[in-house]
Amino acid sequence: MKGFWALSSLGVLLLGALAVGIALGAVPISLFDRDPTNLFILTQIRLPRVLLAALVGGALALCGAVMQGLFRNPLADPYLLGIASGATAGAALVIALRLDIYWGAVPLGAFLGGVLAVAIVYRIAQTRWAHLDNYALILAGVALAALFSAVTSFLLFYAGASHDARRLIFWILGGLGGAQWVYVFGLLGTLLVAGIIVLLFARDLNALALGEEMAAHLGIEPRHLRKTLLFAVTLLTAVAVAVSGTIGFVGLIVPHMLRLIVGPDHRLLLPASALGGAVLLTLCDAVARTVLIPAELPIGIITALLGAPFFLFLLRRRAQLGASL
Amino acid sequence: MIRLEKVQVGYDGRLVLRDLDLEIAPGEIFGLVGPNGSGKSTLLRAISGRLSPHDGVIYLDCRRLSELSPRELARQVAALEQEISCSFDFTVREIVELGRLPHRERWQRLSDRDHQIVTRALTLTHALEFADRNIHSLSSGERQRVWLALALAQEPKVLLLDEPTAHLDLNYQIEIMDLIKSLAQRDLTVLVSLHDLNLALHYTDRIALLSEGRVIAMGEPERVLTEDLIARVFRTRVRIVDGTGESYIVPLRSRQGVCP
Repeated sequence: MKGFWALSSLGVLLLGALAVGIALGAVPISLFDRDPTNLFILTQIRLPRVLLAALVGGALALCGAVMQGLFRNPLADPYLLGIASGATAGAALVIALRLDIYWGAVPLGAFLGGVLAVAIVYRIAQTRWAHLDNYALILAGVALAALFSAVTSFLLFYAGASHDARRLIFWILGGLGGAQWVYVFGLLGTLLVAGIIVLLFARDLNALALGEEMAAHLGIEPRHLRKTLLFAVTLLTAVAVAVSGTIGFVGLIVPHMLRLIVGPDHRLLLPASALGGAVLLTLCDAVARTVLIPAELPIGIITALLGAPFFLFLLRRRAQLGASL
Repeated sequence: MIRLEKVQVGYDGRLVLRDLDLEIAPGEIFGLVGPNGSGKSTLLRAISGRLSPHDGVIYLDCRRLSELSPRELARQVAALEQEISCSFDFTVREIVELGRLPHRERWQRLSDRDHQIVTRALTLTHALEFADRNIHSLSSGERQRVWLALALAQEPKVLLLDEPTAHLDLNYQIEIMDLIKSLAQRDLTVLVSLHDLNLALHYTDRIALLSEGRVIAMGEPERVLTEDLIARVFRTRVRIVDGTGESYIVPLRSRQGVCP
């Protein structure tokens, strides 16, 4: 019952956030406007952008919740295994090779770079430490992230042109300015597939909270679980990064906030995080679009500005209540 | 109930247990004692299916352990690690409900029967009163009772416990061992490794004394835990003294008489 109320409230909040997102913008438009120019702005620019913001936020928060459960670490986020630096390097490579004149080449490069980074991290951790433990994965992720950042820096230095540099900053700071309907549908499809996978394994994540050995004693195969969930998370994060760059803080903070509200049970926490992330990023994007009209603020700045203090506030409240993290 | 035949177990090619033969009867509390590194935990890990033997066979109720799927195994054997930590603030009840996982398909919710079993497990371990509290707000003794309730919720035939009294205060040690004893009387077979030889002496039906991966002696605790054998295996002299109608193993303080 608690779950039903929590999810329905978040659903209502999301509808409200979407309405706010659609209503706000450089050009004031009402939902019932019939002016052709305004209608075009609404259906081809604002609507896909607002929906993309919700989907990216939902995807990142869902992936963050899964990663935190999988690694039993509250500091884990979707970018833990180097997917962000891989995606940035992939996008940088496409831009440096001047392949960005082809439609969709930059998102594709980012997607492939992100997936490649995680695949390498996984392989290294597997061969180097025979049984693939979490520390091996995290350390390999840190090393690979440094390597891919070096690649990006080199490409930036090599390409040199300021136009290229600005395009790359988009990936690093993240943004939803490039929203198109095809992105919306691509991400929606991936979110549905990955969401079903992780929800089916939500109860296994609960058992994993007691450690891999205890989870195994409860009939779960920890390696199989990790492989499946990392696959789903990597796929979903890579698509999210491909369409919006790397937007920080959402995947880290939203699962925390919701764990405090709905509790740690992943069967409720995962869908709640997805909805909460959608609400947060929709609102952040609305702010990013409107505070400096006609200019636009990179959304990563907003998420960090809102997210970090809220996070600190929650931590402080927790400390006062004497509860553990 | 459990039978081991010529079992050899190890990690990365290094054998920890050699040629182990063991048979444990249903409803028995079987103790494993021996110095650190003698192979107690490794033996428990082998029986819980987490380590597969290099050689030899482990039977569970006449079935080869290796033939059972992890879920099938979890419905018959519950195992508790020596130290269990919980990430995130789960409530006691939420944790004990995890014991029902091997009995449910992943899309199924807990049935009324599952909830009854969870409540019964909480009642048996005297954990019902704090069932809705955060696991991290409990004392170490209370937490140990929660882990036992989790294991009971699996409705296992066999319970494997690795040092269940380690890091517990004296009163909690007795409480947990009394609890384990009462559970064994309800047809549960318990295999427990114990550091404390006196607890082993008083609470187990039979014990195996392990040293360097081999069983040195096996049988009733009074026969296995003799002054001579303890001196040989633990390299410490002890006296077995009578008090309040029971025997107690008392280590001698001076190391003058340590056996070579």
